[in-house]
Amino acid sequence: MSRRPRDRDIIEKIAVPADSAADGGGSTLSRRSFLKGAGAAAAAASLLGVSPAEADVSAPNPPLAGSAERLGPGPAAFNLRINGAARTVAAEPRVTLLGVLRDHLGLTGTKLVCDRGACGACTVHLDGAPVASCMMLAVDARGHEITTIEGLGAPDRMNALQNAFVSNDALQCGFCTPGITMALSAALGANPNPSPEEIKRAIAGNICRCGTYPHVIEAALAAAKAARGRA
Amino acid sequence: MARRVTLRLGFEGELRDVVVTIPDDEPAPWQWGEKFSVVGVATPRLDGPLKATGRAPYTCDIQLPGMLYGAILRSPYPHARVRSVDLGAARRLAGVRAALERSGATIRFAGQEVAAVAAVSPEIARDALRLIKVEYAPMPFVVAMDEASRPDAPDVFESGGNVGSPHLNEIGNVAAGFETAAASVDAVYTTPVQTHVSLETHGAVASWNGDELTVWCSTQGIFGVRDDLAVHFSLPPENVRVITAYLGGGFGSKFGAGHEVIFAAELARMARAPVKLMLSRAEEHVATGNRPSSRQHVRIGAARDGALTALELEQHGSGGIGGGSGSAAPYLSLYRCPNLRTSEHNVNINAGPASPMRAPGWPQGCFALELAIDELARKLNLDRLEMRRRNNPSPVRALEFELGARAFRWEERARAPKARGPMRRGVGVASAVWHGIGASGPQAQCVAFRDGRVAVRIGTQDVGTGTRTIIAMVAAEELGLPLSSVIAEIGDTRYLFSLPSGGSMTAPSTTPAVRQAAAHLKGKLMRLAAPALGAEPEDLVISDGVVRVRAEPNRAMQFADLCRRISGDSLAADGEHVPNYGGYSMTQAGCQFAGVEVDIETGIVRVVDFVAVHDAGAIVDPLTARSQVNGGIIMGVGFALFEDRRLDPQTGLMVNPTMDDYKLPGVLDTPEIRAYFVEVANGITNTGVLGLGEAVHVAAAAAIGCAVADAIGAPVRDLPLTPDRVLAALGRV
Ligand code: FES
Ligand code: FES
Repeated sequence: MSRRPRDRDIIEKIAVPADSAADGGGSTLSRRSFLKGAGAAAAAASLLGVSPAEADVSAPNPPLAGSAERLGPGPAAFNLRINGAARTVAAEPRVTLLGVLRDHLGLTGTKLVCDRGACGACTVHLDGAPVASCMMLAVDARGHEITTIEGLGAPDRMNALQNAFVSNDALQCGFCTPGITMALSAALGANPNPSPEEIKRAIAGNICRCGTYPHVIEAALAAAKAARGRA
Repeated sequence: MARRVTLRLGFEGELRDVVVTIPDDEPAPWQWGEKFSVVGVATPRLDGPLKATGRAPYTCDIQLPGMLYGAILRSPYPHARVRSVDLGAARRLAGVRAALERSGATIRFAGQEVAAVAAVSPEIARDALRLIKVEYAPMPFVVAMDEASRPDAPDVFESGGNVGSPHLNEIGNVAAGFETAAASVDAVYTTPVQTHVSLETHGAVASWNGDELTVWCSTQGIFGVRDDLAVHFSLPPENVRVITAYLGGGFGSKFGAGHEVIFAAELARMARAPVKLMLSRAEEHVATGNRPSSRQHVRIGAARDGALTALELEQHGSGGIGGGSGSAAPYLSLYRCPNLRTSEHNVNINAGPASPMRAPGWPQGCFALELAIDELARKLNLDRLEMRRRNNPSPVRALEFELGARAFRWEERARAPKARGPMRRGVGVASAVWHGIGASGPQAQCVAFRDGRVAVRIGTQDVGTGTRTIIAMVAAEELGLPLSSVIAEIGDTRYLFSLPSGGSMTAPSTTPAVRQAAAHLKGKLMRLAAPALGAEPEDLVISDGVVRVRAEPNRAMQFADLCRRISGDSLAADGEHVPNYGGYSMTQAGCQFAGVEVDIETGIVRVVDFVAVHDAGAIVDPLTARSQVNGGIIMGVGFALFEDRRLDPQTGLMVNPTMDDYKLPGVLDTPEIRAYFVEVANGITNTGVLGLGEAVHVAAAAAIGCAVADAIGAPVRDLPLTPDRVLAALGRV
């Protein structure tokens, strides 16, 4: 139905670049690179204050003959780049990127709402593009630059969009806010001068039960204007 | 001791003096036309930065050292006896720390709780659920209301009979009223079950320390949860602390300690470790409440001039195994009618229990009543707004109709040609009533610290309406301080008692208590300042953070300097909500106008614009008030066009327990909304603030329904107004 493009938008959003596995960024994991990773993990753990339990991983299963990678079913250690920093996690390969962010790394700004790509609450940036982190395994985010809401700004140094959200009251309960903010900030990055219609398209996959949409549109227009004023 | 004060009450053009009696220690009520410096100014919410940066700690975000994750096993059968539950294999799974079964329960809906586990990760907790062996003895069930009403239907409860005895209201003589009617309408309207879909699901994090229990809970009422837990665990209430710092929506579904909260606490006690138990989206749809369905048989008659002569409602509705499906309230209060009869029947089905949802019963009732009034107006060849004016009992709404009609351009748009290619345009108008007048109970504390800051503390919770912000604004106003000097601390049962946040009670119940506490603190501070300024306390005033002698404004002292004179650490004062004074009006009127576009080839409805005019008493923060109007209307768009909980009659399972198959309004479905407030000095409390959350929702779906009927020239009497129904009404399918 043309009136509800949300599902299609979401599918586009979660589509990971097709060549991500071949970009040599560590997306494929051999036993050797795994062990290398695990060593880095221990070092990173002490630097980043990750709890030892988090970095302490039982030996991986031996790889199957002919298979380049064998992960799980137990916890595997791997590296992610999140908000510009290297993070090491030990998680079962079935854990989603959202699960790792929230439950393993304490980055709870990203929200779990529908758990199936239908609401946009879990939106993060993968190499600058919005993706639904509930629809992606954490191990598949290896080698990509991940940005979460925590990476966009802090309460005492909000970015222009976050400022505009606050001053236009583009948030009520605030639970959808991180996801909408991530979707919009990607859209504004790609198109600094959006029309209201383009703003709506950018957040067509985000559900806000409190119904803040009108103020979200005002906030996005205000942020875009403020950014143009500075440029 | 009490004193009598004269208040100027009413609204622009209709003001009168009313004498009310108030306690001596109650600050003089804010008056009509009062000049404020903080209140009434559009103010970004204080917790905006935390929310906009993902730092606001919601219940689901709480992480404690050694915390486990809980999960609940639910019955796949809609009606069954549980013969046995074997938790052995689940308990033996590595990483599982506790498991429990809900003993002796008969299952009455698919999704009812059977057992629960706690494990070191959410994934392992879910694995463990799959290892629990349950033997069910399935029983006959019924999930459709009309089927459940038949005499041979399976009984949902052993007590038998699924249709409850009717709840009746009768005024005048309906039969006689129909005899004098020049025209009448006799039609059946239906509305579906709607679920709340709060984005944060129900859940809790429970942590024991000896026999002291701390629970972070996604709730609209921290004290209710505390009391339920205290009773369940036989603890004195002070041993239970409930915290709700941030809440991701509730809409009426989050009162009391539900199974998930009790389970979290039980599992935490068994495992000797904190447990987080948040429900999944499917569980949220199925087991945490809903707005009941309705089937409303309406008969309505009017004289030639449009004056209603008779109105009759025969209503059936189902709140699953919960009840509470009545929708007669709007029939009894929206319009004047001398002869009125309503009869409400609750029908049990094997489905999850209803719970209050944003103006329980009202959107259903308003939809059917307003559509019936439109059908009647058409028969009488009367303008639909005129028809409503003739029967409108509220002088405030008379003014709102006038303002709204002007803003919406009703005269012009109601007469404009409908067709434009395959598109048909239509307009609708509907009335709203609410009674967000609050209640007694809340107590607040204001504390001045030596550094010049003031904290306002109250055990309320901010469900997203902006409570945190408006109580700080009220305290700042009363104390003559800039808002930046005031911190609001809420959402903790360690603070003084407040009511649950429901029934639009929070703003009208908390603000008078906060204002009284601030006034009492001001009194103490003035006594501290008086000797230093060589004046009597009652001769002092504070504004803009400066204390002055009223007659000699140059004799002054900074508020911060005054606070340094506080001995000890701080100076505190309490306040309470005294019983409502009675004042001028105990209800709040509103009206909403909707414009729609219907594609008669596809049957798709688009809501184009809304004008909403409401009485919210004194508006504390116009910015967050506008957000509430938007939210109430957008939720109404969902109810009107999309939302519908579907149960499979073969299995009794919900077929759309997601957020893609259960359709919610998104930004592309959102109309342009213009909100107007009519300021009414109501003389109810010392602030005159009313709740807005429900007032702005009751009429929205009704206005849309009326506009769609206008666009296509035929009523669609069943919600949601899906394309198939629109095409059927057009005779195209
Ligand atoms: S889209 Fe991921 S939680 Fe809804
Ligand atoms: S602000 Fe509550 S869901 Fe969007």
